[in-house]
Amino acid sequence: MNRHLISAADLSKDDALLILDTAEELAQVSGRSIKKLPTLRGRTVVNLFFEDSTRTRISFEAAAKRLSADVINFSAKGSSVSKGESLKDTALTLEAMGADGVVIRHGASGAPHRLSGWVQGSVVNAGDGTHEHPTQALLDAFTMRRRLGNLDGRKVTIVGDILHSRVARSNVLLLHTLGAEVTLVAPPTLFPVAVDSWPCDVSYDLDAELPKSDVVMMLRVQAERMNAAYFPTAREYSRRYGLDGRRVDMLPEHAIVMHPGPMVRGMEITPEIADSPRSTIVEQVANGVTTRMAVLYLLLGGSESAIGGTE
Amino acid sequence: MSTSYLIRGARILGHTPADILIRDGEIAEIAPGLDAPTAQEIDGSGLIALPGLVDLHTHLREPGREDAETVESGTRAAARGGYTAVFAMANTSPVADTAGVVEQVLRLGAQAGYCDVHPVGAVTRGLEGKQLAELGAMADSAARVRVFSDDGHCVDDAVIMRRALEYVKAFDGVVAQHAQEPRLTEGAQMNEGVMSGRLGLHGWPAVAEEAIVARDCLLAAHVGSRLHVCHVSTAGSVEIIRWAKGKGWQVTAEVTPHHLLLDDTLAGSYDPIYKVNPPLRTKDDVRALREALADGTIDCVATDHAPHTLETKETEWAEATMGMVGLETALSVVQEAMVDTGLLDWAGVADRMSYRPARIGRLNGQGRTLDQGSPANITLYDPRPRALVDPSGFASKSRNTPYRGRELPGRVVATFLRGRPTVLDGGLVPNFSTSGATR
Amino acid sequence: MTAAHRPDEPGVARAAEGDGIPLTKPVLEAPDIRRALTRIAHEILERTKGGADVVLLGIQTRGVTLARRLADRLEEVEGRPVPWGPLDVTMYRDDLRLKPARAIGRTELPAEGIDDRIVVLVDDVLFSGRTVRSALDALNDLGRPRAVQLAVLVDRGHRELPIRADYVGKNLPTSKSETVKVHLAENDDRDVVLLGPKGAE
Repeated sequence: MNRHLISAADLSKDDALLILDTAEELAQVSGRSIKKLPTLRGRTVVNLFFEDSTRTRISFEAAAKRLSADVINFSAKGSSVSKGESLKDTALTLEAMGADGVVIRHGASGAPHRLSGWVQGSVVNAGDGTHEHPTQALLDAFTMRRRLGNLDGRKVTIVGDILHSRVARSNVLLLHTLGAEVTLVAPPTLFPVAVDSWPCDVSYDLDAELPKSDVVMMLRVQAERMNAAYFPTAREYSRRYGLDGRRVDMLPEHAIVMHPGPMVRGMEITPEIADSPRSTIVEQVANGVTTRMAVLYLLLGGSESAIGGTE
Repeated sequence: MSTSYLIRGARILGHTPADILIRDGEIAEIAPGLDAPTAQEIDGSGLIALPGLVDLHTHLREPGREDAETVESGTRAAARGGYTAVFAMANTSPVADTAGVVEQVLRLGAQAGYCDVHPVGAVTRGLEGKQLAELGAMADSAARVRVFSDDGHCVDDAVIMRRALEYVKAFDGVVAQHAQEPRLTEGAQMNEGVMSGRLGLHGWPAVAEEAIVARDCLLAAHVGSRLHVCHVSTAGSVEIIRWAKGKGWQVTAEVTPHHLLLDDTLAGSYDPIYKVNPPLRTKDDVRALREALADGTIDCVATDHAPHTLETKETEWAEATMGMVGLETALSVVQEAMVDTGLLDWAGVADRMSYRPARIGRLNGQGRTLDQGSPANITLYDPRPRALVDPSGFASKSRNTPYRGRELPGRVVATFLRGRPTVLDGGLVPNFSTSGATR
Repeated sequence: MTAAHRPDEPGVARAAEGDGIPLTKPVLEAPDIRRALTRIAHEILERTKGGADVVLLGIQTRGVTLARRLADRLEEVEGRPVPWGPLDVTMYRDDLRLKPARAIGRTELPAEGIDDRIVVLVDDVLFSGRTVRSALDALNDLGRPRAVQLAVLVDRGHRELPIRADYVGKNLPTSKSETVKVHLAENDDRDVVLLGPKGAE
């Protein structure tokens, strides 16, 4: 039976801890002179990226190659897809190539779901529209655990454009599964209407949340949202919801600052904070490769997946 | 000399069985134990006899999108569903905003001969919402248009809507509004609620429908004209319509079969077979719509039959077209949602699916009671069997039904259009006669 | 308490303890194990001319316990600490595709590393030899030892690869269908090696 990682909700607490523990062991590989394990030798992983994202694609590519898998990169620009080939036909091509795993990044929510119905291999969601980005949530949790230890009862504050953020959705689900307490902070316009049905708290007041936070995660906010009247000006957004020096001083000493990237320096976060020791932004990148290695190993390394959901 | 038919022992509107003698296009007699040796006998035992169904809201796609449906295939589907008259919406290509196009559609329907086709005229030129179409010319044409709609689009300009409501009074027309505030629903993919937040799909808030419904009811009252609300989908709209009717205003409303049965949790699979406009709403909305149809606040069931080709539905949700076919499953869905739940009896079904839609569309020869002297537009329906819906058996060219693989009750056994069977024994009867009059 | 699934014996179930039916019999008791380890420690010192440059790597899971005990013994005798660490070979197994992907155990090379050292792999039972082959592949990616030797508590025969142990606690002739189970106080509740029939519960 095929298992996929499409939503953070696909992972039970055991699944999530298994991934984090496995990543912990795999982290050493990057430090060795031979940065390779033979585990996925003979497996083919296809990176199906319909949206431009060099960083995420490279992260998945490195993860697959470190496990000795064969990697095929398929990017939408300049391919048959941009000439109008449908997602389904692309899927059928992948099937013909015998892809064991397909990592898909797509602009339409639900694209990995649809894909899972058309391919035999395991589907890993690398970000679909405004729906989810489960491996981002996993590397975020991995980063938090490394810095702060056990995540049970930890207070995580996520700030930004929640309405359009797949990172927020995945993080809320995964952190809840791992026992952390999540508070979302944004102007009212940037919350989905039914956010009170989510397993987290909601606040419009960033200053009130900072002193109790173990983690502050800043999400990217596109200035163009201003044109659809989500907030009046970038300046006002920044003043009310941006992380600056004054706000960082309100954090407890051990608290860390995270950002999934790419960040808009000066909008949601000032350059000084982004570069400070509290910030985990750089290590999140390395942790990304390690976490994705764990995911690929657990999905593809055995006779059947050890984690994930059936779509 | 046309054939006579003697339907034996059908339950008239679900009540006591009787025989129906059909002769020269009319119901010659209804009584138990009739004798008509020259008539072709049809066994009606266990079957419900209904007046031929009338659909106020169908998309036949011709002219312009014949790959999805034609007038011929669409009316064959209608006949299979027990319909004897359908109103064909104007969002074709070219748009039905002139006498020429509506007369063409009328002609195509007559030629095919499976079902009466009454073209709906666009309210505005090209459905652009800026200038009134030649409503009078369409009303005077051979198609005698009385229902006008920009369906697919909302007439959102309040002045244009007011003018349209006023103008159609001259020929007893009605404006049928697709209520959807465009700015509130830009890029909308599904109902705005718990599901849309979870799935990351842009929401279509209920208020975008309700705000327009409220405005249009007030406008219709103000100018003393008739308003028909297409495909009501929310509990809030129901409340507004109930209030407007309570004031005695000339407001009528329709609901689709799918809004009586399905809700937005189905979008969880991201299968665009469930993508439709207006979108599937919550279970609470479904409940409110059923109650409203039962108590008559919603006047009728209209399918909003929307055929789409396979490749436009086999994509990511955001790319997919909106719409579901519905003619061939309508009665079964209504039975499942309304009759089997005890909310409506078969007489009520006759009212909501034949009498009232015909009245709203100002049809004389359709939506008449099953009595001696009425035109013989009759549907025979067997409510007993249950079967999995298999779209490969559809007469429609398109297969985009949300009920594939789902068990639904009932089947249409026979459909008579002015005394001539278009469906017998559950199968279509080809029309070999020369094109007959449609009135 | 059910025993763990021994990697190089696919499909052979282990006997469970405490069911009251003594179908398994102890072939080594705690004193035997203690003596065996002491002897192995002395043999290592002899063969490596005093244990200089020796690194003990215990193969997960019980090999790690044995490696630690051996390291202690070597240190007792030589008066000098001997580097040791756990080695997990899951990622190098040749039977990965036969079962669902399993959790990875700890690998921690001592600070001295393994380059140009004498690595003594330590495991509890030597059976088909596949686990040791995986360990050799792992070592290959971790560095370049001067030599690799193998110490096992029990050699039960039935090799499927050309692999042999340098130091053996006990040679135990078995039939292939029998099960051999090693219990160690740190991992289980006592020190004992049990021999039982196939799938004995």
